[in-house]
Amino acid sequence: MTEITHHSQVWTYRTPKARLLLWGGWLALVALFVWCWQVMTRDTIWFFVADAPRQAADIGSRMLPPRWSYMSELWLPLWDTINIATLGTIGGVIMAVPVAFMAARNTTPSARILRPIALFIIVASRSINSLIWALLLVAIIGPGLLAGIVAIALRSIGFVGKLLYEAIEETDARQIEAIEATGAGGAQVLSYGIVPQIMPAFWGISVFRWDINIRESTILGLVGAGGIGLKLQASLNVLAWSQVSVILLLILATVVLSEWVSARMRHAII
Amino acid sequence: MTAPSYPTTWRRPPQIVKDRRWRLALQIGILVYLVLAIGSVEVNWARVYDGLERGQRFIMGFLQPDFSSRWRDISQGLVESLTMTLTSTVVGVAISVPIGIGAARNLAPRWIYYICRSIIAVSRALQEIIIAIFFVAMFGFGPFAGFLTLSFATIGFIAKLLADDIEEINESQAEAIRSTGASWWQVVNYAIQPQVMPRLIGLSLYRLDINFRESAVIGIVGAGGIGATLNTAIDRYEYDSAGAVLLIIIAIVMVAEYGSSYLRKFLQ
Amino acid sequence: MLHLEQLSKTYKTGETALHDVTLDVPKGQILGLIGPSGAGKSTLIRCINRLVEPSSGKVLLGDVDLAKLGKADLRRQRRRIGMIFQEYALVERLTVMENVLSGRLGYVPFWRSFLRKYPPADIQRAYALLDRVGLIDHADKRADALSGGQRQRVGIARALAQDPELLLVDEPTASLDPKTSRQIMRLLTEICTERGLPAIVNIHDVPLAQQFMQRIVGLRAGRVVFDGAPDALTEAALTQIYGEEDWNAMRAGDAEQAAAEADARDRIAALAK
Repeated sequence: MTEITHHSQVWTYRTPKARLLLWGGWLALVALFVWCWQVMTRDTIWFFVADAPRQAADIGSRMLPPRWSYMSELWLPLWDTINIATLGTIGGVIMAVPVAFMAARNTTPSARILRPIALFIIVASRSINSLIWALLLVAIIGPGLLAGIVAIALRSIGFVGKLLYEAIEETDARQIEAIEATGAGGAQVLSYGIVPQIMPAFWGISVFRWDINIRESTILGLVGAGGIGLKLQASLNVLAWSQVSVILLLILATVVLSEWVSARMRHAII
Repeated sequence: MTAPSYPTTWRRPPQIVKDRRWRLALQIGILVYLVLAIGSVEVNWARVYDGLERGQRFIMGFLQPDFSSRWRDISQGLVESLTMTLTSTVVGVAISVPIGIGAARNLAPRWIYYICRSIIAVSRALQEIIIAIFFVAMFGFGPFAGFLTLSFATIGFIAKLLADDIEEINESQAEAIRSTGASWWQVVNYAIQPQVMPRLIGLSLYRLDINFRESAVIGIVGAGGIGATLNTAIDRYEYDSAGAVLLIIIAIVMVAEYGSSYLRKFLQ
Repeated sequence: MLHLEQLSKTYKTGETALHDVTLDVPKGQILGLIGPSGAGKSTLIRCINRLVEPSSGKVLLGDVDLAKLGKADLRRQRRRIGMIFQEYALVERLTVMENVLSGRLGYVPFWRSFLRKYPPADIQRAYALLDRVGLIDHADKRADALSGGQRQRVGIARALAQDPELLLVDEPTASLDPKTSRQIMRLLTEICTERGLPAIVNIHDVPLAQQFMQRIVGLRAGRVVFDGAPDALTEAALTQIYGEEDWNAMRAGDAEQAAAEADARDRIAALAK
């Protein structure tokens, strides 16, 4: 009981000034929301919005029943999708490892120059969605699987790099000290003192990212980067909604399956 | 000291797959997969070679971004993205709260629990971009479809984490409140809200950050925002404008990340 | 064997941890380093193998001044000094055998250590050491599967795998229960005697130090304030090291514990008959 009063104190008991500030904050948020709403909907054509339920019903009726016979054309794109995700993950992880070691405070070779560069690589890769990377790469190296793989790899660097460098910074310094005390060289300290400690995190992060990448690679085809998304784009272009529903169901099944596989693998590793 | 009776060889015992045959099968399986997968990638090297020059132009564009010549498009896309981000986060969180409470096993009746959990499952299973395609088809092009997309995606994210949080609260506090004869609303207000409120604020700020990043993507399928500007710039091979847009996105994400971590510290 | 001359250490924070420490450790001597926490015991030990860089002074091992060495030479000299740590500091996710073999890291090239392809003599020695500390059946277990006392035994085997000329021991019993502490100290002193190995042992438990050490050095605020035989560690000397405190109470507690232990031993002996 006392604990609860203590907790609710955080929320109800405030000095008058703090209360004013709180109400002012809420008011500002509401005002901001209204203003943003008006700016955003300036060009909205409300006729289309009002028409939406009819459109939705129309699309729904066209999607059902799914055209199951279309499934036979989807296996090859699905195989491509899985390859994009897997090869992209492998590529991304390979590039992320040196970035992570450069970004971690306790292993970086130079805190002044290399660490900020590594951190920028991580932020840049994390801020830009794989679809945007794919858009760029399709423009640069042409449509196809390669663009998709490189896009997934570039997007993965930031994610894997960030989590891995945090894991490196959390390693137990005493174990590393003990290896140093035996007269081990730099590479040996790395392979005996640090690598065994981050191995579980490394595999966990990689498998987790692979799972996310499967999800992301299903749509890369929308911009021409190969995989099942190409079929989705083609079906959307000709308004073949009954094919779209087959593709979406297949994507859903793949995502669920990959989630299950990744959960099992992480369980086996840790 | 080194008596000859001790063995002179030692092998590290396998850690994960103990059986030798399984290990071998696994290694061969991985090898075969990699060969097949890499073999299935058809690369048009001539096209890639042509692309190198374009890639170089893109990198130059990134290093010398051109903010001015397309500034009208960029600023309009940016305004759309930012307003879309804020409104969708507010609406999404507002809808997530009742759904999150309904999806908490310890608060909601069984049938409400299942309804709310299935809403969450649908929202999480579909990617933003696919939802955006549907909303654009239904509501027409423009940021309104983007707003709906992001709101819908926010529901899956916030409601799930909120529900999990509520399920993990300290049950004794809820018991204590219940034992005073409090009604269901009073229990939520006095026992649940104080415990999950700080987390909810933190999650909302985090989602604000994600929504902005996503708003840059859904423009590609016509849902407004800076993604549309970026798409146009890349289609026209205007890499210096594209570089400018990307740099703006990176800068805003960085500001949002630092800002939200600062705000979270301030609020707690 | 080891000669410290006017060794000083001032940390970046401006805190002086060691103040002109001069010390001689002859071959085969087991020296206990006592003092209150923050007296600089840990810093002193770490200055010897330069896990902490000394600010000034000399560290002579044989006739090499460790304080002046470059990186590669330091690495070569560190092989001569085995170190045993307070919380074992084993690499927990590696096997016991790998932990013992890691004592050979200074001797083998990187590729051998990376592939775990150590020379046969090293592996034989590792097995012999594991046998000596009573853990030969645990060689393939992971280090985090062992109990505290067992882990410290692995730590001892790792230090001995270096074939050291000096042992540095940092609070070897701080995380162990009293009985295991005594077993570990006994093992340590036995091994040092067997090999004529000098050792510097940081220890906070005064009675344990008096029981096992041949010589005791007391540190207070970075200075040597006592240096003599365990018997010479009178109440006055302890007060000089630790400040005012009721030492009799502490000793009484220890006497109680010793009595309990003796009692337990008698009962087990009676059962065995």
